[in-house]
Amino acid sequence: MVDMASSATGDLNLRNITKSFGDFVAVDDLTLTIPKGSFFALLGPSGCGKTTTLRMIAGLEEPTSGSISIGESDITHTKPYKRPVNTVFQNYALFPHLTIFENVAFGLRRRGQKDVKDAVEKVLSLVELGHLKDRKPGQLSGGQQQRIAVARAIVNRPALLLLDEPLGALDLKLRRQMQIELKWIQTEVGITFVHVTHDQEEAMTMADTIAVMNKGRIEQMGSPVELYENPETVFVANFLGQSNLIEGHVQSDSGAETSVDVHGSRILLPSSRNRGKEQKVLVGVRPEKINIHTSSTSAGKNALEGGVVTDISFVGVSTQYQVEMPWKQEIMVFEQNDGGAPNIRKGDRVTLTWEPHFTFALSPES
Amino acid sequence: MPYLLLLPGMLWLIIFFILPLVNLAETSTKTRAASQETGEFIQTWRFANYLDAFKEYQPQFTRSFIYALLATLLALAIAYPLAYAIAFKSGKYKNILLILVIAPFFTSFLLRTIAWKQILGAEGPVVFVLRSLHLIGPDTTITATSFAVVMGMTYNFLPFMTLPIYASLDRIDPRLLEASGDLYSNGVTTFRKVTFPLSMPGVVAGTLLTFIPAAGDYVNAAILGNPTTKMIGNVIDSRFFRIVDYPTAAALSFTLMATILILVTIYIRRSGTDELV
Repeated sequence: MVDMASSATGDLNLRNITKSFGDFVAVDDLTLTIPKGSFFALLGPSGCGKTTTLRMIAGLEEPTSGSISIGESDITHTKPYKRPVNTVFQNYALFPHLTIFENVAFGLRRRGQKDVKDAVEKVLSLVELGHLKDRKPGQLSGGQQQRIAVARAIVNRPALLLLDEPLGALDLKLRRQMQIELKWIQTEVGITFVHVTHDQEEAMTMADTIAVMNKGRIEQMGSPVELYENPETVFVANFLGQSNLIEGHVQSDSGAETSVDVHGSRILLPSSRNRGKEQKVLVGVRPEKINIHTSSTSAGKNALEGGVVTDISFVGVSTQYQVEMPWKQEIMVFEQNDGGAPNIRKGDRVTLTWEPHFTFALSPES
Repeated sequence: MPYLLLLPGMLWLIIFFILPLVNLAETSTKTRAASQETGEFIQTWRFANYLDAFKEYQPQFTRSFIYALLATLLALAIAYPLAYAIAFKSGKYKNILLILVIAPFFTSFLLRTIAWKQILGAEGPVVFVLRSLHLIGPDTTITATSFAVVMGMTYNFLPFMTLPIYASLDRIDPRLLEASGDLYSNGVTTFRKVTFPLSMPGVVAGTLLTFIPAAGDYVNAAILGNPTTKMIGNVIDSRFFRIVDYPTAAALSFTLMATILILVTIYIRRSGTDELV
């Protein structure tokens, strides 16, 4: 059993995984491949099924149907303690009765390794907490406990490390620091990390690939840049950062460029960025891609005229404008505070412009 | 003035605990008055009372601690699985089971012990079953044996063992058990390395709550035992209330108290500092 645990390596494959609790379907026919050595994030709001998915990979829940395998070995029905998988639990779940050293040594000892000292000390120095090895978990700060939880898992050299909202209990500043540290540790040890979070910023900072989950299904999967710049569904567009989504009707499609009528204005976008299936679409653009003008100069750009500034908030690196359009929709605009920002006050009439290649179009039902 | 809040408790302790204790200590070194009048003693600071009493009743002392130890071990063996089941496996029946554990307290201790006399009696169900199975002979009885005394004590102190163990098991974060499984422990190893060590505070509390009163108990031995199963509590009882030999009774009480105190201190020290894993 131990041999099996240590020998299974390779990509993690989830095939047609469904998990229901009574009538409630937590995970719905999910198929997913997580490449070996990647930092993968399952991102979604609470109740989207991401934690259930993680628990099925860990073996803490059994799928109602479907299969899970690592490389060639099927682990769908393998007991958790026989899987080459370790978990960093949400509240760390460090053993309060054991010292830090014994916490980290726990997995090695269970697998019958006699000399654990070197391995434990090495991993403790990796997380820079070697000097605390004789303390009990209760004597450590949240950030230190977090690092011990990671050390306790990676010391076992699992094929897969699962992180269940690992930074949720930390304050913002510490969270930022740990994001960078976790990413560094992952690069250092080369283990596949599967990270579950509801924090889009956390997922974007750390993961190579993000799967956005909603209602037990994967909405979209890709690199952070792909998901942000080219969202395929309304959910993804709103969950990752902010999006302005405006109703429109497709007028023409040349194959390269699509023209959409948006409340009387002609908006252009590359046809490849049109995810709409029918004439009616939602035209999307990120707030920081929009420029705000008091005059109507819009040569070669998408432009919407007749907006009225209803709110301005200064947030340091940028200024955020809320602009009410003639059709009573609020559009968000972020302008960099790089000296070029126009002098705009509340109540001013403005024109909004942006480059066609920043535009995307979505199916309203998605 | 926060000390003012302590006043009622302190007064209570002084009047009902410290003063009687001082009085008892004072009585323990008295000797019978020259008048030979029953119940009349004079203070002679005769500390040899302790030695005499201990010498005379050494068997009862030993028996008390052996019975108490046996009852504690038996209660632990029964209570731990019970508490474990209630804490982890009972689901929606948790509260009902807890009430059932406490339910015996609704009737008097004395009554329940007398009931055990019926249960273990010659006409009772236990003897009947054992006889039918030919496990005991047709003339063997269970009442008035040391077995019955230990059984009675085990039964009577079971809730005191169960509740603290349940409380500490119930407090264990289930994620710790998941973490243990995640770190290659099977169910048995998880129990040995995580669940049991984390339930130690409950085990220590439960064993103390059982052992201390059991060592000084006299009801079970009086009702379920025979003259050869007398415990130190029975001796103190008869010295005080039947023979009216207050100094010996007081000396025995103090010796019992001191012995329990020493044993308990050693026990707490050991279970507290020894690495249990």
